[in-house]
Amino acid sequence: MHNFNYHRPNNVADAVTALGGAGDGKIIAGGMTLVPTLKQRLAAPSDLIDLNGIADLKGIKAESDGITIGAMTRHAEVAASSLVKSAIPALAELAELIGDRQVRNRGTIGGSLANNDPAADYPAAILGLGATVRTNKREIAADDFFQGLFETALEEGEIITAVHFPKPEKAAYRKFAQPASRFALIGVFVAKTKGGIRVAVTGGGNGVFRATDIETALAANFTPAAAKGVKLDPADFNGDLHGTPEYRAALVSTMAARAVEAC
Amino acid sequence: MPTVRMTVNGRAVSGEIEARTLLVHFLRNQLGLTGTHVGCDTSQCGACVVHVDGTSIKSCTLLAIQAEGAEVTTIEGLATGDELHPMQAAFREHHGLQCGFCTPGMVMSAVDLVKTNPDPSEQQIREGLEGNICRCTGYHNIVKAVKAGAKAMNAGAMKG
Ligand SMILES: Cc1cc2nc3c(=O)[nH]c(=O)nc-3n(C[C@H](O)[C@H](O)[C@H](O)COP(=O)(O)OP(=O)(O)OC[C@H]3O[C@@H](n4cnc5c(N)ncnc54)[C@H](O)[C@@H]3O)c2cc1C
Ligand code: FES
Ligand code: FES
Repeated sequence: MHNFNYHRPNNVADAVTALGGAGDGKIIAGGMTLVPTLKQRLAAPSDLIDLNGIADLKGIKAESDGITIGAMTRHAEVAASSLVKSAIPALAELAELIGDRQVRNRGTIGGSLANNDPAADYPAAILGLGATVRTNKREIAADDFFQGLFETALEEGEIITAVHFPKPEKAAYRKFAQPASRFALIGVFVAKTKGGIRVAVTGGGNGVFRATDIETALAANFTPAAAKGVKLDPADFNGDLHGTPEYRAALVSTMAARAVEAC
Repeated sequence: MPTVRMTVNGRAVSGEIEARTLLVHFLRNQLGLTGTHVGCDTSQCGACVVHVDGTSIKSCTLLAIQAEGAEVTTIEGLATGDELHPMQAAFREHHGLQCGFCTPGMVMSAVDLVKTNPDPSEQQIREGLEGNICRCTGYHNIVKAVKAGAKAMNAGAMKG
């Protein structure tokens, strides 16, 4: 790991200033993705701006139509939160499935979203629930936030401050974990929301996406069999030693059916 | 170089470090606390698990400078004098180790698990130790040890 200057601001404004003033600054949240990246020298920022000292970015609160989770809230806090468990139990269950206990004790929702790993869990919930990502500059709808492999709508120097989740009528997440990494080989988030049925898929290869064919089938008939009956095109999926594109495509229908069953 | 201050096993410590120094390297190289191991250095094996402000974390994935002001407990801080912590004693009693390389991390993770779940089932123990990899034991005796350690920790807590 190359050395860097370290900053620990205690409010968002100072973090933005530190980021702007740095030659090649990078934010550190839980560090669960960034520190391994720095060790491999895949990134070598001049400055690290640590968000761990910013109290405003932490915590979970109820908001009229749902809940708002601060960007620096750890996976373990979301998994254990009685507020999340009562408003959107599927979200607490999803957080409990991320990595391992120590990763959940440090990793944050903001870091997971900003990173947008194609096999990460939270992106499926954000997109599946039609959540809104709040930053220091604006609000971004989930449908506009994720832009493919590790790409998001975030601009240079933009910091995620919170995520707002509207409460769905029903929702469930089912993940087929890759047994070594615990990341999703395929994870499917199904939600019945005010705006209709949303089905978000992670682990497919090119970043989280909505399975519109399954959404249409479920809108007509909200049953596991309806989800299971949809065949997705393997050409849209990645293949690797853990699973062929055909296997991943088939898993989506299966996991979607299990999620519907759990709704 | 920045100076970092923290409490390690109840003792106030400080040291000059580079910003990039990992907590595990500060503990091992600067404080000489070599009970905390580095197994993978890629955040996967859990040999480096310590407690920071009461929760278990991987000390190979935390910068020492991020632990400024924190309360850190390492495997060296568990025993009371010559008396092993109940979880350590349970690992010895139930042969929860072979080479012992993963053991400090296993014990630290297990103690943290029992703090939030005083009576974990076998399944919950296996899930709770997801982040700890052992190359030797096949995990059976580790799970037995954690079950017994949990019981002993609860009995100790009841005695006050
Ligand atoms: C062993 C292991 C297993 C894992 N398993 C899983 C799994 O099963 N499922 C899963 O989803 N994830 C998994 N992860 C990843 C984990 O969830 C990470 O915590 C997460 O991806 C990144 O969050 P972080 O807070 O650690 O961010 P960091 O590593 O600190 O940052 C990641 C990136 O996001 C940027 N960033 C962070 N916060 C913000 C913000 N508020 N605004 C703008 N940019 C920001 C950083 O600059 C950096 O580029 C695993 C990680 C490990 C080490
Ligand atoms: S050395 Fe830290 S997880 Fe392996
Ligand atoms: S006892 Fe050897 S690695 Fe676990």
